[in-house]
Amino acid sequence: MEPIRHIRSRTVVLPSTNIDTDQIVPARFLTTTTRTGLGATALFADWRFDAAGNPRPDFVLNTPAAAGCRILVAGHNFGCGSSREHAPWALTDYGFQAIISTEIADIFRSNALKNGLLPVVIDAASHAWLGQHPGVELSIDVERRTLILPDGRAIEFPLEAFARYCLLSGVDEFGFLLGQADRIAAFERARA
Amino acid sequence: MTAQTMFDKIWCDHVVVPETPDTPAVLYIDLHLTHEVTTPQAFAVLRRAGLKVRRPERTLGTIDHSSPTDPEQVFGRVPIAVESAGRQIAEFERNCREFGLELLDMKHAERGIVHVIGPELGLTQPGSTIVCGDSHTSTHGAFGALAFGIGTTEVGHVLATQCVLQRKPRAVAINVSGRLPAGVGAKDLILAIIGRIGVGGGTGCVFEYRGEAIRALSMEERMTVCNMSIEGGARAGMIAPDDTTFSYLSGRPRAPQGAAWERAVNGWRRLPTDPGARFEREVDIDAAQLEPMITYGTNPAMVLPVSGRIPASGDSAFRKALDYMGFTPGDALKGKPVDVVFIGSCTNGRISDLRSAAGVLRGRRVAKGVRMLVVPGSQSVKRLAETEGLDRIFTAAGAEWRESGCSMCIGMNGDTVARGKYSVSTSNRNFEGRQGAGARTLLASPVTAAAAAVNGRISDPRELLT
Repeated sequence: MEPIRHIRSRTVVLPSTNIDTDQIVPARFLTTTTRTGLGATALFADWRFDAAGNPRPDFVLNTPAAAGCRILVAGHNFGCGSSREHAPWALTDYGFQAIISTEIADIFRSNALKNGLLPVVIDAASHAWLGQHPGVELSIDVERRTLILPDGRAIEFPLEAFARYCLLSGVDEFGFLLGQADRIAAFERARA
Repeated sequence: MTAQTMFDKIWCDHVVVPETPDTPAVLYIDLHLTHEVTTPQAFAVLRRAGLKVRRPERTLGTIDHSSPTDPEQVFGRVPIAVESAGRQIAEFERNCREFGLELLDMKHAERGIVHVIGPELGLTQPGSTIVCGDSHTSTHGAFGALAFGIGTTEVGHVLATQCVLQRKPRAVAINVSGRLPAGVGAKDLILAIIGRIGVGGGTGCVFEYRGEAIRALSMEERMTVCNMSIEGGARAGMIAPDDTTFSYLSGRPRAPQGAAWERAVNGWRRLPTDPGARFEREVDIDAAQLEPMITYGTNPAMVLPVSGRIPASGDSAFRKALDYMGFTPGDALKGKPVDVVFIGSCTNGRISDLRSAAGVLRGRRVAKGVRMLVVPGSQSVKRLAETEGLDRIFTAAGAEWRESGCSMCIGMNGDTVARGKYSVSTSNRNFEGRQGAGARTLLASPVTAAAAAVNGRISDPRELLT
């Protein structure tokens, strides 16, 4: 993975609460056997496209202002439901680098971090302000775990230390786990 | 020694490397269940890195999510209709062969939904850690196991190392006092719990369901409860093992046998939470106050007693959900027309669920214009149901009787609900489009679903139970 130290982008706002991973990628797209290509067709498919497959002009990602936005501001409890990693695959394939919400579901959060998609959980007041000001330019500093608003105010967000290290150095957890082989073998011997 | 929760005990027993401020714990996994949908990209990573599966004997594959339920397709007499599903299944079969994993393939007599077959085979055991690339892995917690869903990247981690990296979640007690009234079951209980805590109420938590009402549940009912922990945001739900657990497991083909069984049970008896152990939070529910429940919105917390009315007002998410469902604030649910009824899934596809539904349908007919689909949770459940004659009750009533799989719960295999149609479903998710683009799902128990099939309308099942 490429190291991720800063994210700078305008926001796109999807205010719905409890956006589940079935909305992010409907199940009919899960028969794929690769990680790529989900951004164009699968991401928010039933909100983005009508039954005939035409873009719905009123859906925010189909508006000209959303083009090129890397930061998605979404309602409370984003990514709940199914464990499908296709959800962060589709979001990153589309171009998103960060999701901002007041709560992000556990499995989605874990999957997002493994794919270089930053989950940013902030307080309700700041989140409400972002919701009311779609398209503002934000800067996210991964090392300092802060989100910087256009007026310069910095909002801290939680980011697990090891996940942060992996993002900043562009490594994944797999290498760390593989490096534990001796201790795993010792654990297995002790239990046998 | 400090009093420990059951979760603490199982966690501590599986820590290979303790967590530090800088790194999560390395947690050992006893059982890795795999299926066709969430594994292909993980096998690809192993193949590229030249890695093997570390513990093939701790890994089992089944085919459930995208598999057909039509016998002609299941047994290969005609090609699988959803071509991409057929290719995915074939790839999973190749991966299992190449990496030396046991697979209960399409024609296998023990194939079924991953969360139905683990317990059925006796693989799901108290005190163990269990993962699967599926959020309903929480089901297995019914046995006093720590079981949770993982993503595909983590599936690769477990295949290669038999471990996952985890920060320790917080333990929350859900105390259920009293006894469930007649006609009110485990599905009603878990829907009521989710209605209380909300769909995000368990984020960062593991639930332990406790109390008199939980102790009185059968293993299959306990699985229904733990299954939907994830719909409350908790990755795992657990119930302490007891004699009900041990008698369910005793003699199952892959449970310990003979002297090993005695040793195992002695160990399992030490698992329950110690008196005085602290939970981060406790939620109290009185089972005696519950009624049959049914959802009316687009997440499982939007739930009411079947006799209830949709709230008169709510926020924008509430209005959006009602708009999708075609309902109006203040509507009574009872009496609303139904197009499809689905009995099945990892929530309610076990033999006791089929018996309950058949009990309502015996001597009755599915209402004109209603399609009813009954999909057993596994091929073993299917055979047992046929031995008991349940299939004939369903087909005589006008329902369709199918081969096992996830089917209309997720709609990947062509078993879907048409746009705008109402489905009363025993599955676990009423999300927009879950059962097909535009489909409108109402979650309920097997008896409530069967009553809806008979009357063609949302009904109180107690009126049909004698």
